[in-house]
Amino acid sequence: MTDAVSTKRAGSSGLGRRILIAIPYVWLLIFFLAPFVIVLKISLSDATIAQPPYTPLLDLSAGWQGVVEWWNGLDFENYTLLTEDELYWVSYLSSLRIAVISTLLMLLIGYPMAYAMARAPKSIRPALVMAVILPFWTSLLIRVYAWIGILSPEGLLNAFLLWTGIISEPLYIMNTETAVLIGIVYSYLPFMVLPLYASLEKLDESLLEAAADLGSPPWKAFWQITVPLSIPGVIAGCFLVFIPAVGEFVIPDLLGGSETLMIGKTLYNEFFLNRDWPVSSAIAVLLLLVLVVPIAVYQNVQARQLEGKA
Amino acid sequence: MTKGLSAVNVTALVLGFSFLYLPILILVLYSFNDSQLVTVWGGFSTRWYVSLLHNEQLLEAAWVTIRLGLVSATLATVLGTLAAVTLTRLGRFRGRTLFSGMIYAPLVMPEVITGLSMLLLFVAINLERGFLTLTIAHVTFAMCFVAVVVQSRLVTFDRSLEEAALDLGCPPFKTFFVITLPIILPAVVSGWMLAFTLSIDDLVISQFTTGPGATTLPMRIYSSVRLGVKPEINAVCSILIAIVTTGVIIASIATKRAENERLKAERAAAAGR
Repeated sequence: MTDAVSTKRAGSSGLGRRILIAIPYVWLLIFFLAPFVIVLKISLSDATIAQPPYTPLLDLSAGWQGVVEWWNGLDFENYTLLTEDELYWVSYLSSLRIAVISTLLMLLIGYPMAYAMARAPKSIRPALVMAVILPFWTSLLIRVYAWIGILSPEGLLNAFLLWTGIISEPLYIMNTETAVLIGIVYSYLPFMVLPLYASLEKLDESLLEAAADLGSPPWKAFWQITVPLSIPGVIAGCFLVFIPAVGEFVIPDLLGGSETLMIGKTLYNEFFLNRDWPVSSAIAVLLLLVLVVPIAVYQNVQARQLEGKA
Repeated sequence: MTKGLSAVNVTALVLGFSFLYLPILILVLYSFNDSQLVTVWGGFSTRWYVSLLHNEQLLEAAWVTIRLGLVSATLATVLGTLAAVTLTRLGRFRGRTLFSGMIYAPLVMPEVITGLSMLLLFVAINLERGFLTLTIAHVTFAMCFVAVVVQSRLVTFDRSLEEAALDLGCPPFKTFFVITLPIILPAVVSGWMLAFTLSIDDLVISQFTTGPGATTLPMRIYSSVRLGVKPEINAVCSILIAIVTTGVIIASIATKRAENERLKAERAAAAGR
């Protein structure tokens, strides 16, 4: 049946259909979209010592006068501060750098894994997929915590390396950028492997057989057939890990110490330690602006994947 | 191309999976360590599990977390399934692009942004922070995950069954409950489980949206982890890992079995035709 017909039929129940659409729609408008408008608004106001700690407040009971006062009180001071204070710049840039490096590392580790999974006998593939998904179901906090015990100066990694005699002094990995990279790669690896696996598994093996029959060496067939055909998986995987990695808070907070600045952590501290709501809102707005393009690309890929089949 | 796994492939799998699992295994192993020190093995002991039973704060937090997970996962499943049906079965409507955007965006949205924006909303509408605001926040991000899981099931299944029912005069609502829902049920159930897990695991969004009296387990764990590694925390984490792992494995086996039975029934039906 064509889409038009099904639409017409679904549409025949007019009111019911509208209510069905409205329930999740209105929920998301109120609890997902409206909050962003508020963040934008507060990012333009001034911090103050009060509850809530920002001025001006929109006072609708004062009528038009209230709206005018509110409007006049808005300014871009917080954004100017963000461009002037080095802390924010450094946080932004190092977040992007850490996210890019960890995405590449995950691609490097995840691709061979996904490739091997797709080449494994069909009977054990579901078990392998399960094994990749399982760590993801375990709390991120717990998985990051596990690394503290391994990486700290008196941790297991150092104990092991000292015992084998590879090193004579403990390595200081904990509270460095390296620890954050390890944490991000470890936590997000499943998100990289799964889309890669999905695209590699669909690969038509007769193409590779044809290439081999025509005398192409396996490595050449890999570069000219397998890699180009897995590009959709690579793109999906990279975006899926890059976007949350940029705004990551738990990992830099627990593994990075005070040395590693990341924008998610800066936002959190600005909010909870300095209680500066307007500045943390401004950080959120700028972070969103940085991520808007990757998020749009990712959504496009997602929607096409899900709805293309419909 | 040779079938089976080459040495390179096996190495990739072994190294990859060791990387994924070793840290968790070590964590669980050391929860049975008698010694206070994290790196010294002082012999097998379950004393950290016993001491958990006397930790009132942790127990209370666990209770809050479970209640929150049950309530928010259930609501999120209802809303998420509705959203998935809206996206796949109700055709075009005004604002559809915005709607699908609001479904996919929370999946990748940095948690600090979601958390901050929700908190500011609750402050703006003067909603007292506590269990209610936590629930709203969890429902909102979890429903999007449910929507995606259910949607991927809805787009792959044979629509002719629904159409046959509609053609025979079955009202759309009844068609949904009698035909569609039973078929997509495994996806709805795994959506619920995903929502529940996301809820009991969440830290950042909860930190922003909680209030006095509503402290969840991840929040308790976080505040003690900041002070260093403790065997007692290893024990809590191991329990959580055990629960989640068992749940996921049972669910996936059940789904698989249901799927096989359905395929068998379909095949039988096709053969009898």
